[in-house]
Amino acid sequence: MKKEFEVISQIIQSNKRVLDIGCGDGTLMEYLKIKQQNDVRGLEPQKDLVQKCISKGLSVIEGDAEKELVQFPKKSFDYVVLSQTLQAFLNPEGVLDQLLRIGKQTIVSIPNFGYWKVRLQLLIKGTMPITKSLPNEWYNTPNLHMCTIQDFVNFCKKKNIKIDKSMCLTNEKISEITNRNMSYKNIFSQLGIFLIQ
Amino acid sequence: MNDEIKNIKKIIINSSFELDCGKTIKNFPLAYETYGTLNKSKNNAVFAFHALTGDQFVTNVNPITKREGWWTTAVGPGKAIDTNKYFVICSNVLGGCMGSFGPREINPETNKVYGTTFPVITIRDMVRAQKYLLDHLGIKKLLAVTGGSMGGMQVLQFTSLYPDKTHSAIPIACSASHSAQNIALNELGRQAIMTDPNWKKENSTPDKGLAIARMAAHITYLSKQGLQEKFGRKLQDKGSLKFGFDADFQIESYLRHQGATFVDRFDANSYLYITRAMDYFDLEKQFNGNLSLAFKNTKSKFCVISFSSDWLYPTIENKEIVIALNACGANVGFVEINSDKGHDSFLLDVPEFLKTISEFLNSTYNEINNNEKRI
Repeated sequence: MKKEFEVISQIIQSNKRVLDIGCGDGTLMEYLKIKQQNDVRGLEPQKDLVQKCISKGLSVIEGDAEKELVQFPKKSFDYVVLSQTLQAFLNPEGVLDQLLRIGKQTIVSIPNFGYWKVRLQLLIKGTMPITKSLPNEWYNTPNLHMCTIQDFVNFCKKKNIKIDKSMCLTNEKISEITNRNMSYKNIFSQLGIFLIQ
Repeated sequence: MNDEIKNIKKIIINSSFELDCGKTIKNFPLAYETYGTLNKSKNNAVFAFHALTGDQFVTNVNPITKREGWWTTAVGPGKAIDTNKYFVICSNVLGGCMGSFGPREINPETNKVYGTTFPVITIRDMVRAQKYLLDHLGIKKLLAVTGGSMGGMQVLQFTSLYPDKTHSAIPIACSASHSAQNIALNELGRQAIMTDPNWKKENSTPDKGLAIARMAAHITYLSKQGLQEKFGRKLQDKGSLKFGFDADFQIESYLRHQGATFVDRFDANSYLYITRAMDYFDLEKQFNGNLSLAFKNTKSKFCVISFSSDWLYPTIENKEIVIALNACGANVGFVEINSDKGHDSFLLDVPEFLKTISEFLNSTYNEINNNEKRI
């Protein structure tokens, strides 16, 4: 399982109600369910992935988070997880509002557009960046609203969203983001992981 | 045919049974069939509810009609609902015409068939009657309840009435309350039957009306694209148009055939009663307009399935069920299967669909067996 999921499952621990949005083939859900006895649900827009999840015994609903989240009651999950998908929504702000409404706490991870390799490509080559975590060309990328770790933190401040934990992945190593190391992490980390409410 | 009908398995429900219409019935038969073997821990039973024109003969050859069972694609040894592994139960619904108490039965008070003096029944009545069968078979908790179309409505009603009687539920291509469009289409079929001069006549049956009802209904089970691909404008005789009203087009003769063969196996009054039961089905109304209350106490794991080209019970109506289940925190998964075969997809060989039920059942079965071992 990828490092990001390890971090997320450590935050969640056991016996919690979890909603995984954009759960893909259910790798994280399966781990949370079997290894940590969590009560897990998923939402996924791609049919074949939904079928994969159902065959693993995971309760996943086929649907688009931008439309489907309204049906979940307020604070009906201990954790709502959104892994590297926020940037792909038409209205990320609206989705985030829904996440905060449904979940007692929300875990959001974002690919960091402030990562130095991304910056360098735009600066030196003058082309839209292509990296391991952003593998698509500008014309076929699903990512509509890229942001940096700093952007996300600023956004939370502006919206009065409380950040309980902010962490980042730098070459598969996990570390904490603090006010003091923020500009450093914003250059050297590929991924930001936030626990918010 | 009469001998075969006598051999149909039945239970007699002795207790007085109050129907939703207010009438009480007593000592009435409920016909059923089972496939596979009930295991020692009695945790491998799957209850399949049939649709409007189905019966208890889910798979193999139906001994009465000599045709294949209605869900042979999904049920049988090695199939999605594997009878080598699961014990499959199906009963003919109340109001049906395959041995269960229905309008074709003889009223002991008049010595005549009930016909339209039969009481109006509901989906809830059907499900409550089937619960007696479960008790008779000694099954405390089912592995799954499943069914498509009206079978799916029974699944919803069952899980609502008995929140702890099944580990899982697979409602397929159905709705929690019958839409105006569906009521309209059912009314069309009923009018075809009731305006047939042979309806209600002694010693005759409204075959023409019933055939037309079936033809109209059959169109609603398919999709525009499916029809176009299968028939297009193909002519019955390769030559040319006949400039008359015989069946020039293949689709016409196909529908005529569907109508003609249907009357041999189905009772026109059963058709009236069962379509009525479907129209009256409104689970939302049973819970004062809040569908999620219907599932408030449910302990079952749901897998709701719809089909992309089904316009009779479209995805949006199936999703209403998912939304209600989510709203009460129930355990629910949902997938829309891509198929151009319309509402009938659930009866046909649609691999993605069959795979989904097979794997969902399998994972549920493994889960409960692992839990039992742990305890």
